[in-house]
Amino acid sequence: MSTGFHIVVCAGIVPDPLQTLEPVSGPQGWALKNEMMLPACLDPWASHALFEAANLAKNVSDSKVWLVTLGPKAKVQQVMMTMAQKVPFELVALDGAANGFTDAAETAAALANAIEGIAGLDKSRLLLFGGWESASRGAGATLQIVGERLGITEQFQGVDQITIKDNGAMEILERVEGGSHQVSECSSAPAVLGWATGNLPEPPNNSQIGMQNMRLIMPALQKAPATKIGTADIAYKGIELPKQQRNTRIVKDVPVEEIAREIVDWLRG
Amino acid sequence: METILYIATVEKDGSLAKGALEALYAALELKSTLSGAKFVAGLIGTDVQAAANSIAGCGAEKMLGVSGSDYSQARYSSDAAAVTAFAQAAQATVVIAPGTSRLNRVLPGASHRLGGVADLHITSLSADGSDLTVVHWHYRQRMKAEYQRKNRPWLLAIDPGIYPVWSGAAGTASVEMVDVALPAVRTQVTGFHTPSADEQTIRPEADLLFVAGAGWTKKQADGQTHTADAERYILGFLKATQASLGSSKSLVDLGGEGQDVLGFLTHLNQIGQTGATPRHPKGLSTCCHGEEPHVVGWRFVNERRAINLNANCGWAHGKADVLYVADAFEVMKKVIELL
Ligand SMILES: Cc1cc2nc3c(=O)[nH]c(=O)nc-3n(C[C@H](O)[C@H](O)[C@H](O)COP(=O)(O)OP(=O)(O)OC[C@H]3O[C@@H](n4cnc5c(N)ncnc54)[C@H](O)[C@@H]3O)c2cc1C
Repeated sequence: MSTGFHIVVCAGIVPDPLQTLEPVSGPQGWALKNEMMLPACLDPWASHALFEAANLAKNVSDSKVWLVTLGPKAKVQQVMMTMAQKVPFELVALDGAANGFTDAAETAAALANAIEGIAGLDKSRLLLFGGWESASRGAGATLQIVGERLGITEQFQGVDQITIKDNGAMEILERVEGGSHQVSECSSAPAVLGWATGNLPEPPNNSQIGMQNMRLIMPALQKAPATKIGTADIAYKGIELPKQQRNTRIVKDVPVEEIAREIVDWLRG
Repeated sequence: METILYIATVEKDGSLAKGALEALYAALELKSTLSGAKFVAGLIGTDVQAAANSIAGCGAEKMLGVSGSDYSQARYSSDAAAVTAFAQAAQATVVIAPGTSRLNRVLPGASHRLGGVADLHITSLSADGSDLTVVHWHYRQRMKAEYQRKNRPWLLAIDPGIYPVWSGAAGTASVEMVDVALPAVRTQVTGFHTPSADEQTIRPEADLLFVAGAGWTKKQADGQTHTADAERYILGFLKATQASLGSSKSLVDLGGEGQDVLGFLTHLNQIGQTGATPRHPKGLSTCCHGEEPHVVGWRFVNERRAINLNANCGWAHGKADVLYVADAFEVMKKVIELL
């Protein structure tokens, strides 16, 4: 009997955080200005989930990692050029809108459906990974709903660590208030783990892994089904950038004592 | 007509935490502005009577409870079942809960079971007649979205630190206990990893957020790093002010890369795009460049000052109120002396 995990990582693609973002409303609803032109990356917290998944699969024999992603196909392909070089995985792609204005539950339904369709996936060994929140919608809802749709009743959010114990149980550390972690023991798969940062640095690029991954990525992209994701019942009244631009006072060429005094007065004020 | 259900979890000592009382304030304010709304409360915990008594004066038509050892721990399977049972018992159309790690973990899952919808990290609720509007920040606090939803029940978690704490009369509440069907539970909470009081640098209630950037570990004018001094100044300042300690990503990442770092910093301290967005009245940034993915983490910090050697750093561009162009080692040494 095989004992490894089947780890499915759900990860969206988002604009590179260094980009300036501006919401615009058009006939298709809300979008980002120049959305298709913005350089994209794999959602950061979900990327951590992917690195943690690969690490777990490396340490628990007979495990496998799938990456399920929903986004405009051309963008996904761009992002895969880098992500493919990081860790081994098999891609499952859905071709659809990926901005933060769509509805989490609609996205979750599409992801759950794609996961149900993965050939050879053993749901009794399933660990559903992803970021605990996306960098776009920031809803913190998608993964929970995917879990519910797949009938998974053990769920963890803000995960920073998973350790497999000798008896096969998982010890999981979740972020809770005040800089602490809650420690839980979950006796077996299936489970949902929404990751925070975890403990692993970003793996360096490895062209051999890249070549292996690409063999499966290109066909996966070719057969990515067109998937319509909308805003469900959400009626936006407005989306705007915060207007406040501060009038920064720049204090330069002033003796350290004076600066320190001013800071202390401000702190006490 | 909406039925508002307020849900909170009870602390180990039987009380309701500050965030729970803030969410109660938000729920009651909504009730008073949403025409014809009904109000029900539901509490989850080992024993909920004391907490129910403490909010007996909140005017709830009904006070629901789920209690027992299964609810002493923050765990998805039991908490999601309890939230679902409350919403069904109350026939709730709107559920308001504090955005704690415990309830954020379960509200969206429960909304699916209820055939409803859920939104976390809500920063404002308002009503116009019978229409409920919420505010949520998209793209990690970059843009503010105001919206309504048609589907019900609508489960909403309110971020802490926004609404005032509810204060009203205590009394003797009559709590209606709700039966919950638990699935086979495979998870047990076994404990917590909590830094000891003197190692604890994250203080959500502090007036000041002090942020350390990677500059503290970089080579200084003399061509050397001064990490030991950096540690001394930062910890000295935290001790004197009881500020909460934040960090840039670059600084906490150095640890993972095996570089000489500040031992007391972890990813939990990180502020920004992939870190926290805490709420504090004031924030002081030191040795930190102020690049956009970092600064989005300051969205809810009101007064902001920064110390940086570089007059052209990101903070100079309309993000801080004051930028002191100076050596943070020298300034902080002097600040600690003055404090
Ligand atoms: C996907 C992604 C997500 C990200 N998420 C985050 C995030 O969540 N949080 C975050 O912080 N960053 C994030 N970043 C990184 C961010 O873009 C910046 O690279 C980072 O914030 C820079 O950190 P820093 O300012 O500490 O370091 P540096 O850029 O190295 O700046 C160090 C600063 O220290 C100053 N300095 C040095 N010595 C002194 C001295 N003696 N006195 C005063 N000043 C001194 C220097 O002038 C310089 O400005 C993210 C980036 C990406 C790509």
